[in-house]
Amino acid sequence: MAINIDSKIPEGPVAEKWSNYKAHQRLVNPKNKLKLDVIVVGTGLAGASAAASLGEMGFNVLNFCIQDSPRRAHSIAAQGGINAAKNYQNDGDSVYRLFYDTVKGGDYRAREANVYRLAEVSNSIIDQCVAQGVPFAREYGGTLANRSFGGAQVSRTFYAKGQTGQQLLLGAYSALSAQVNAGKVKLYTRYEMLDVVIIDGKARGIIAKNLVTGKLERFSANAVVIATGGYGNTYFLSTNAMGCNCTAAMSCYRKGAYFANPCYVQIHPTCIPVHGDKQSKLTLMSESLRNDGRIWVPKKLEDAKALQAGTKEGWEIPEEDRDYYLERRYPAFGNLVPRDVASRAAKERCDKGFGVNNTGLAVYLDFSESIQRLGIDVIRQRYGNLFDMYEEITDVNPGEKRATVNGMDYYNPMMIFPAIHYTMGGIWVDYELQTSIPGLFAIGECNFSDHGANRLGASALMQGLADGYFVLPYTIQNYLADQSIWPRISTDAPEFAEVEKATEERIQKLMNIKGKRSVDSIHKELGHICWEYIGMGRTKEGLEKGIKLIDELRKEFDTNLFIPGNREGLNVELDKAIHLDDFITMGKLIAYDALSREESCGGHFREEHQTEEGEAKRDDKNFFYVGCWKYQGNDATAPELIKEPLEYEAIKVQTRNYKN
Amino acid sequence: MAEKVLKSFTVKYWKQNGPKDAGHFEEKVMKDIPGDTSFLEMLDILNEQLIEEGKEPFVFDHDCREGICGMCSLYINGTPHGKTERGATTCQLYMRKFNEGDTITIEPWRSAGFPVIKDCMVDRTAFDKIIQAGGYTTVRTGAPQDANAILIPKEDADEAMDCASCIGCGACVAACKNGSAMLFVSSKVSQLALLPQGRVEAARRAKAMVAKMDELGFGNCTNTRACEAVCPKCETIANIARLNREFIKAKLAD
Amino acid sequence: MWLCNSSIGRKVIMSVSGLALILFLTFHGCMNVVALFSAEAYNQICELLGSNWYAIAATCALAALMAIHIIYAFILTFQNRKARGNNKYAITDKPKAVEWASQNMLVLGIIVCLGLILHLHDFWANMMWAEIAGVEHDIAPTDGFGWIKYTFSNPIFAALYLVWIVAIWFHLTHGFWSALQTLGMSGHTWFLRWKCIGYIWSTVVMAMFAIVVIAFAVCPDILGGAGGKVVPFWM
Repeated sequence: MAINIDSKIPEGPVAEKWSNYKAHQRLVNPKNKLKLDVIVVGTGLAGASAAASLGEMGFNVLNFCIQDSPRRAHSIAAQGGINAAKNYQNDGDSVYRLFYDTVKGGDYRAREANVYRLAEVSNSIIDQCVAQGVPFAREYGGTLANRSFGGAQVSRTFYAKGQTGQQLLLGAYSALSAQVNAGKVKLYTRYEMLDVVIIDGKARGIIAKNLVTGKLERFSANAVVIATGGYGNTYFLSTNAMGCNCTAAMSCYRKGAYFANPCYVQIHPTCIPVHGDKQSKLTLMSESLRNDGRIWVPKKLEDAKALQAGTKEGWEIPEEDRDYYLERRYPAFGNLVPRDVASRAAKERCDKGFGVNNTGLAVYLDFSESIQRLGIDVIRQRYGNLFDMYEEITDVNPGEKRATVNGMDYYNPMMIFPAIHYTMGGIWVDYELQTSIPGLFAIGECNFSDHGANRLGASALMQGLADGYFVLPYTIQNYLADQSIWPRISTDAPEFAEVEKATEERIQKLMNIKGKRSVDSIHKELGHICWEYIGMGRTKEGLEKGIKLIDELRKEFDTNLFIPGNREGLNVELDKAIHLDDFITMGKLIAYDALSREESCGGHFREEHQTEEGEAKRDDKNFFYVGCWKYQGNDATAPELIKEPLEYEAIKVQTRNYKN
Repeated sequence: MAEKVLKSFTVKYWKQNGPKDAGHFEEKVMKDIPGDTSFLEMLDILNEQLIEEGKEPFVFDHDCREGICGMCSLYINGTPHGKTERGATTCQLYMRKFNEGDTITIEPWRSAGFPVIKDCMVDRTAFDKIIQAGGYTTVRTGAPQDANAILIPKEDADEAMDCASCIGCGACVAACKNGSAMLFVSSKVSQLALLPQGRVEAARRAKAMVAKMDELGFGNCTNTRACEAVCPKCETIANIARLNREFIKAKLAD
Repeated sequence: MWLCNSSIGRKVIMSVSGLALILFLTFHGCMNVVALFSAEAYNQICELLGSNWYAIAATCALAALMAIHIIYAFILTFQNRKARGNNKYAITDKPKAVEWASQNMLVLGIIVCLGLILHLHDFWANMMWAEIAGVEHDIAPTDGFGWIKYTFSNPIFAALYLVWIVAIWFHLTHGFWSALQTLGMSGHTWFLRWKCIGYIWSTVVMAMFAIVVIAFAVCPDILGGAGGKVVPFWM
């Protein structure tokens, strides 16, 4: 292979790599820091924490976000918690165990050294957040409380009610605000990065659109960090916020940054099902519901038909006619199997016609048994807010008793269905979180590094903050160390002019299509294609068809898009069109990766590659690598696959088993 | 379950081209909207129709649509975020709460502190500036001691959590006849004042944040309680009392 | 000075002056009730609070307090109007928890001021001022009882005073807890307690005023104790 990928993993045993790295990396002296500018795009957990930490160190930081305030970033919506190997519960947790669980949960497709570092810094994150005034839940004795989460045998998840992401983000936001006040971070809100500027092979700045005035503006810096989140909204319906997009990431990809493992998309099993074609997004119901809720569909097809027709309701189906399929298939883990397994099992039942709502795409999550066992008060104490939320959205109260038959109480079951939630894939980065373009870094969900093929619950927050507070601020110095000798690059440089012109042309092209279809209508179609052919169960034929359909949709987009309003000023539809332009490219990239990965692992399930029981079948012999995709100059040409082989020294690669 | 469908109702929405424009209402009759459509999805449908007619869509802020990001900010039928039994944001409002033949009036947050950018999208950067003035603990990355080194009574941690639930949407300012930002400011001051980590700078913080709030032109609180009545996260004026206490204490100590 | 140039400081001024005025009202109300029982006792109090230096000094202090309260009310309202901006909502739906009084303190305050002018004209000008300036009337300046009887013999005056008292009551029901809230002496539990105490306090104080007005308007002749003997008006 012509291109060799250097992941820059430091020497030494896995447990010493990070210490070794820090001991030998280059640092920037305090005076030189004042001369160096860093652009950070995004203000989520990763972006805000990185901007705050870099500013505090002395760098001049320019921080961008598309919303009206850094505090709106979608990290805020994370509910469950954040993992750390504190072992406060004395249940035998350790850095190694967190590392091991994360690698195993990721179906052995993550880079060992990165994951170990993540586990290693996890404890500092908790210390940092507590010092910032994050009100984590506490015991009566005043110490921090923990809860357990999927994929682990210990209680290591720290939480702040069901709003952990919000509290962690507000912590990072407050640290960021302190640096803005100190003059070390300059904040640009309602700005969207549209392209990265490369000068002499190094990332030297960005072109950003001021979303209020509509003008393109140039910003130069010594390094560019993107922290712009995942690409889940490619599927139109997801648990992502409406504004989440992959435009910044795609612009880096188009400029030559490799995109790694795009096919690893996490589908969360407990979301409120789609209720109609007018729906704009999906709402996640916390995974914790699976602790006391039992998932089922009817045993008899005629019952399912009646449910779909609306002539029957869930509570009317007696116990003996219910199929608790997770308990049936996975007796050891039951309803608590990992997300990817639970999602696929739901899809399998619905594909067989056992779906329980009018679309046939929903399964039941039933609390009857636990309410009868523990009482409604206990259940409400645990899940009251979720029950309320569910009722708010669906008008059905899961705590309402409907019948008692043979001593068995029947309550309204909840309806749930899997939905796109998180993307493990992302911009390829080396150990230093630097992309394949020097000076361009990617952190948080935006990069691919730590979760392998599947992310465990409460690990996303951990990774975002680890990257932003504790990893990037070090590793970026190794790059910046020799940058201070160069004068500041003027935004008048021809490279800036060139990229700005290209960006303007791209926008003009979109404005000038003047077709008939709205952005959303095309996006919805893209979502349908992706969900159908590049979703939970993938096949060679399906993926090929998906690619073909996306190509057709691309043509439709290029010729029949309609953007109302003007180029100047605030134009929401124009911004959405730019996002969609990139989502279409992204969708195809997911399909390419999924097609090339002839195995099933984690969030990627190829129906050709499953065991007789329908479980994912990995192929470690042929696919034990990170799939990196290199752009070939235009969207029409298929990207080139470059493989970064994985090397495991500390962990023995095994088959995941959740049955016994 | 037979889901309610709203056969016909009128949406009266505010159009305004920038902060200087006088602005006006426009109306559109919506047909056959299922009750399980969220309010913002109803507006998505409205916008689709406008775009089909070749018109510019109605602009409003929204993002997570889960009630947590604080972006959505519509003043619906005289109440910020619309009227619900439980605290909820605009995005958590469902059409089944409305009736056939209703006229739903949608306005932006109207307060001098929140100038209109376009239609119902307003500029809330003033809130960021207030936080920047002091809504944090000064702590270096990587410097803190072990998270369990300082014990915090559960009650204090829980109360701090309640104060920290504020999503910074600005409904409190929108509802206040004085355009006061006290509920917002006091929630942050309270959260940090309740925790030992935040106590160190409590006096400095209270003074700095109030000074910034005043400088930005927010009004004086006259305890009408309109803010807590509309707060989607149920913040209470007990926070405002605490802010007053912290501020007066700080000033008397000077 | 933080009391003048911070929003909370200005509110502290309103609170402290307001609380002092409530205290004054309480004393005034207690004093009035005496008139129901004994004209002599009442007039003794009037004499005590006549044109003595301490009474004049206290009156001046009271006037200053009043002036500060009023001036700040206007300053705050002006600032709040500005903060609120010129754009009015087309529709506003007042939440249940929001009390009418809390949103109309200035209007109530203006009514209270108008009532005050009437009151100063009816009593203070004829009593303390008459004494200081040496103005002569049919009723002696020290005969407070006589002035009460004279004033409320006119039913229009009695009615105006009752309206005034109701306005003050509304003003106090909000003002009381609001002042303590502003001073930071409130919280989840104390808010409800202060509110309750405030309602009871303002009702009792205002009832004391109202009873005197009603009693003198309805049955002036049985009040004040005939021949120095204390005879309650209901007997």
